[in-house]
Amino acid sequence: MTFDLLNPVQLSSALLPDLLLVAGAILLMLMAAWRPDSDARQRTVGFASIGLLVLTMGLVVWMAVSGLTASDKGVIAVDGFRWMVDLVVLLGAIGTIALAIEHNVRDGIVQAESHVLVLFATSGMMILAGARDLMVVFLGIEIMSVAVYVLAGLNRRSARSAEASLKYFLLGAFATGFLLYGIALVYGATGQTQIVEIGNAIRRFDLTNDPMLLVGIGLMLIGMGFKVAAAPFHMWAPDVYDGSPTPISAFMAATVKAAAFATFMRIWYEAFYNMFSGWAPSVWWLAVVTMVVGNVVALSQKNIKRMLAYSSIVHSGYLLVAVTAASALASTAFTFYVVAYTLATFGAFAVVASMQQLGETDARISDYEGLWHVRPWLATAMAVYLLALLGFPVFGGVGFFAKWYLIQAALAAPAGLTILAVILVLTSVISAGYYLQVVRVMFMKPRPEGAPEPLPVGSLTRAVLAVTVVLILGLGLFPSRLVEMTQMNAFPRYPFSPALQMGQPQFRR
Amino acid sequence: MLAESLALSALLFTIGVVGVLTRRNAIILFMCVELMLNAVNLSFVALSKVHGVGGQVFVIFVMTVAAAEAAVGLAIIIAIFRHRQSVNLEDINLLKG
Repeated sequence: MTFDLLNPVQLSSALLPDLLLVAGAILLMLMAAWRPDSDARQRTVGFASIGLLVLTMGLVVWMAVSGLTASDKGVIAVDGFRWMVDLVVLLGAIGTIALAIEHNVRDGIVQAESHVLVLFATSGMMILAGARDLMVVFLGIEIMSVAVYVLAGLNRRSARSAEASLKYFLLGAFATGFLLYGIALVYGATGQTQIVEIGNAIRRFDLTNDPMLLVGIGLMLIGMGFKVAAAPFHMWAPDVYDGSPTPISAFMAATVKAAAFATFMRIWYEAFYNMFSGWAPSVWWLAVVTMVVGNVVALSQKNIKRMLAYSSIVHSGYLLVAVTAASALASTAFTFYVVAYTLATFGAFAVVASMQQLGETDARISDYEGLWHVRPWLATAMAVYLLALLGFPVFGGVGFFAKWYLIQAALAAPAGLTILAVILVLTSVISAGYYLQVVRVMFMKPRPEGAPEPLPVGSLTRAVLAVTVVLILGLGLFPSRLVEMTQMNAFPRYPFSPALQMGQPQFRR
Repeated sequence: MLAESLALSALLFTIGVVGVLTRRNAIILFMCVELMLNAVNLSFVALSKVHGVGGQVFVIFVMTVAAAEAAVGLAIIIAIFRHRQSVNLEDINLLKG
């Protein structure tokens, strides 16, 4: 069935999963505020939130399977890309709440509202996944960000958590200013806020050299660069991931980045496709700087959360390669990579969360020395995640194929991105330096004398670890299923987009 | 009038950006961010004279979001003040490395 998005009833049915999540989250917020805070209360609300997310996920799967589409005239998209990103985001949110229920005790957090804030942030991400109007993009980003600013400062006893929250808030709001000014100038140049209409206006009035549009795209790129933590706009990420409660760091590194990248991809592919020669060199350089800076700085990190933060910056660089490649193949590779990256990053932060001692917020790599001798399963799981992030064959599971497809997309790109693919491979070699260092420390060093025994791992955390490891290794053995799914879901409209009639974009280096 | 409004908006936005980059007080930084947002609002209103009502609708959304952001932002600044007895960013330096 095709939705007519100008009809309010049909628009609401197209938004059904988002509406269900928002309505459920509001009810749960009342439920959380009704009784005094306690650990039992926090658990109840947490489990109810997981139930709501599973329900939403079921609805998303049902809508994805029933092959719905929507007319172009509308503020939201109804396509496979949206459902795929929704699924990634919902999976990440379920994992975050599962980790948080058990981790909150270690940080001394009893506020049941913490889980509800994750739900609100998730609803913002789902709006971002489907947004096809710059107004909706802006609202989605803000619904997501405002909730995550609070989540970063959830641990009210910790000065580090408060500092993370303040830094995230100030830089996030600063970035929003750039994004918004960019949107204003794009609106000024094209007279449109709908993404598809912007693309049409650029083609119809041949605005490829319009200075106002170029400045607008540049400012939007800066805003997006901050949101996805691409160098040189990455300075906030290590501090914020380090200071926040660990489940929230996992949420920010995995799902917030996936949602921000999804909308980035949609805007750049659907609205600015004909401006390719205008933005491609900037995104090219952004990708290179991000890959190089992230990898080099990650080498010198002593704190594992900061190391994973730089690793997430590096992966932003890899994903920017997919944006630069600007082809249907690249959008498949992009979706595949987002799935692999989310699983591996989430798992790695889950291990960090389960290694944390009571009331301790500093997580050093040296704490992992000889982990194999005391917690063999935890060490094995961490090794799988790190190898997946590295893109190691077989043991890294799906991570290897993700990188493989990305390089393929870069080499097959119409504009020819051989140099970029070479830089991607070379920087991946650098990344072995810090990923394998942790693996070496865990397996080859003896457990130091007097090192504290890691706390027992709760059953929910175990479930999260088991599911992520099984998915990483299972999809690594049978990647074709995920490839089929991502192909189906990779901008189905993209090759038919009217923008393509202009011919292949030219980009020389 | 359009060119003048856009120029004024660009000027205000630049003042906001320079403020964020040079000042060190969290409250002043936040005010500079608000100045940036309102500069954008001015652009939207000016442009909606040419392109129709869409820009004005956008301004309403921006103001609503800015209000929500102010509520959360000031709460965060109070939280940090309770820990450090200061809102100067030079004193807020636990996270580094």
